[in-house]
Amino acid sequence: MADTIDKGAALLALGEAARAALPQGCVEAVEVERGAELVLRVRRDGLLEAMTLLRDGEGFAFEQLMDLCGTDWPERPERFDVVYNLLSLSLNQRVRVVVGTDAATPVPSVAAIWPVATWYEREAWDMYGIVFEGQTDLRRLLTDYGFEGHPLRKDFPLTGYVEVRYDEERKQVVYEPVKLTQDFRNFDFLSPWEAMTTLPGDEKVHLNRIEGPKAKGGEA
Amino acid sequence: MSGSSAMASEAGPLAAAADPQGLASATGTEQATRTVEVDSHTINFGPQHPAAHGVLRLILEMKGEMVERADPHIGLLHRGTEKLIEYKTYLQAMPYMDRLDYVSPMCMEHSYVLAVEKLLRIEDQVPERARVIRTMFAELTRILNHLLNVTTYALDCGAITPALWGFEQREHLLEFYEAAGGSHYHVNYFRAGGVAKDIPRSLEDRIGNWCKQFPKFLRDLEGLLTENRIFKQRTVDIGVMTAEQAMEWGFSGPCIRASGLPWDLRKSQPYEIYADLDFDIPVGRHGDCYDRYLVRIQEMTQSLRMVEQCLARLKPGPTKILDNKITPPKRGEMKRSMESLIHHFKLYTEGYHVPEGATYTVTEAPKGEFGVYMVADGTNRPYRCKIRAPGYAHLQAMEVLSKGHMLADAVAIIGSLDIVFGEIDR
Repeated sequence: MADTIDKGAALLALGEAARAALPQGCVEAVEVERGAELVLRVRRDGLLEAMTLLRDGEGFAFEQLMDLCGTDWPERPERFDVVYNLLSLSLNQRVRVVVGTDAATPVPSVAAIWPVATWYEREAWDMYGIVFEGQTDLRRLLTDYGFEGHPLRKDFPLTGYVEVRYDEERKQVVYEPVKLTQDFRNFDFLSPWEAMTTLPGDEKVHLNRIEGPKAKGGEA
Repeated sequence: MSGSSAMASEAGPLAAAADPQGLASATGTEQATRTVEVDSHTINFGPQHPAAHGVLRLILEMKGEMVERADPHIGLLHRGTEKLIEYKTYLQAMPYMDRLDYVSPMCMEHSYVLAVEKLLRIEDQVPERARVIRTMFAELTRILNHLLNVTTYALDCGAITPALWGFEQREHLLEFYEAAGGSHYHVNYFRAGGVAKDIPRSLEDRIGNWCKQFPKFLRDLEGLLTENRIFKQRTVDIGVMTAEQAMEWGFSGPCIRASGLPWDLRKSQPYEIYADLDFDIPVGRHGDCYDRYLVRIQEMTQSLRMVEQCLARLKPGPTKILDNKITPPKRGEMKRSMESLIHHFKLYTEGYHVPEGATYTVTEAPKGEFGVYMVADGTNRPYRCKIRAPGYAHLQAMEVLSKGHMLADAVAIIGSLDIVFGEIDR
C-alpha cells in the first residue's frame, strides 16, 4: 500500500515538473489515476511544446509514442479527446497526455516528433474525423476505400449505413443500404433495482429516509 | 493462383502518365521532342498473396528491382472490434480479444483482463493459482506464436521443412488450450479475477512431458535454419533498424530487442508473477531480419524455462476471486442457493459494473507491447476500448525498412516483423 502511495507521489511530482517547465496554462490539469497512471491535460496550442519537452526534457525522456487514439464525448462542448500514451525506455515511466478538440478544430500533428504518429493520426481521422494540422497524409486507413462517415463516433450506428456484396449480374461490387432481418437488440441492463432507488411514481416513498447528498448519489 | 495475378505489374498506366505529351502541352510552344525514360513502376503486392501473411495490400514503387517506396494499405480485415466492444458487457467483449492476434489468443485476453481488473481495483486479489496458470499459458502462447512466425518466415524464404515440423508442436500446444479452455483456438479462457475454470489434473503432467521433448525440437529447428546458407543469405543485413529508429517508430517486443535495446515489459514493468520468475532477455545487435529471427528462437527457450517454473509453482487453490459479483458461483452452489442463482443470472445478463476511470494497461505479447486503453463510465459496458497492437507500428515502418532493398527482401522483412492482420486491422 505504501508502495502505491510513493509511486503516486512520484508521478504527481513528475507531472508538476512538466507543468512548471512549460509556459503558464499550457498544462491544464495534472492527475494521477488510481495512484498508478499519470495523466496530463494539455492545451491544444501548447501541445507541440509540451510533447517536445516530454521527449527531450531531462527527467522526462519519453522516447516512444506507444499509442494515440481519440475518444468521443458528445455531450461536451469540445466533443473529442485525443489521448497520447508515451513511454520512456530509459527512465521506465509512462505518461498519458490528453488534449481536447471538436470536429472542426485541428490538433497539431506530432508526426514530426515521432514519425510513428502518422498512422495513428490517420486512424483517428478515419474513426472520429479529428483533423491534424501539419499531417500531410490524412487518407483513410482502416475503413473501405470511399467510405463515408466516422464509425467510432458515438452517434454512428453500430450496424453502419451500407452493406456491400458482389452483384453477379452487374459483375461488380455494389453498396446497398443495410437491411437487417432483425433489429439490433440493444438491451438496457442498467438495473432498476440498483441504479434507481426511486422508481417513477415512487417519489414520495423514500422521502423521509434519504437525505440530501445520499439521494443524489443513489439517483445518479 | 493469386501469386502471379496479384503480382502483375501495373507499369502500364504509370508509364503512360509520364508520357511526353503531357510535357509538351505543359511547355506550350516548345516542340522539341524529349524522351523521358522512367524506369519506375508500381507493383500491387497482395491483398491475396501467400507471403503477405493475410490481407496486406502493399503498393510498391519499384526502380528496376529495387523498392523505392512501400505504401501498405491495411484495413481489409477491419471488423470494427473497438466499436463492437462498446456495445457489449465486459464479459461479452472477451471473445473479441482472441480474434485480434489470432496467432496468440491468450496473450490478447491477458491485457484485457488486466485492464478490467485494474479498473475494478481487484488486481491484488486474484488468487495465486490463477496467476500462475495465466502466466504459464501466456508463455505457452508465446511459443505458439513464435513457432508459427519463425516457420512461416522460413517458408517465405524458401524453406518448407520447418513449417511441417513446427506445426506438429503447435498442435500439441493447441491441445493444451483445448484441455484448459474447451476450445482449440479461440479459447476465451482468462477472466477478470482469474480464469474461467481450473485446468484438469492430467494437464500438468502433459505439459511437463511436452516440455521435456521441446528442447530437442528447438535444436532440430535451429539446425535447419540458424546456419543455413540460403536463410542467412536472405536475412542477414536485410531490413536493418537502428535502436534510435526503432524507438521513434514505436517498436516493441522482439523487434526492438533485435535492435539492441534490452526492453521487456516482463522485466521492466512486471505484471502477474513475472517478478518472481527467473529468465533472461535475449537481445540482438544488428536489428536486421536475422537478429529478429534469433531473438525469437532464444525467447522460446526462455519461455520454456518459465513454463517449467510455473509448473513447479502450481499449488492447489481457487482459480478466481470469490466475489460472486464479478465471477460466477459454482454450478453446484447454484442448485442449492438462491443467492448464487441470482448472482449467476445477473452476471450473465447485466454483467458487472466497472467504476469510472481510465487505464492504459500493457503486457508483453509475443509480438510486442499489446496495450488496452480502456475508459469505463460506471456502467456495465466499456465506454471506449482502444487496442494498441504492436504489429501496427511495425508495419508502418515497412517503408523505412524496405527502401533500397529488392522485392524479394520485402517478403523477408514482412515475415521478420511478425505481421498478423487480426490485430492490425482490428
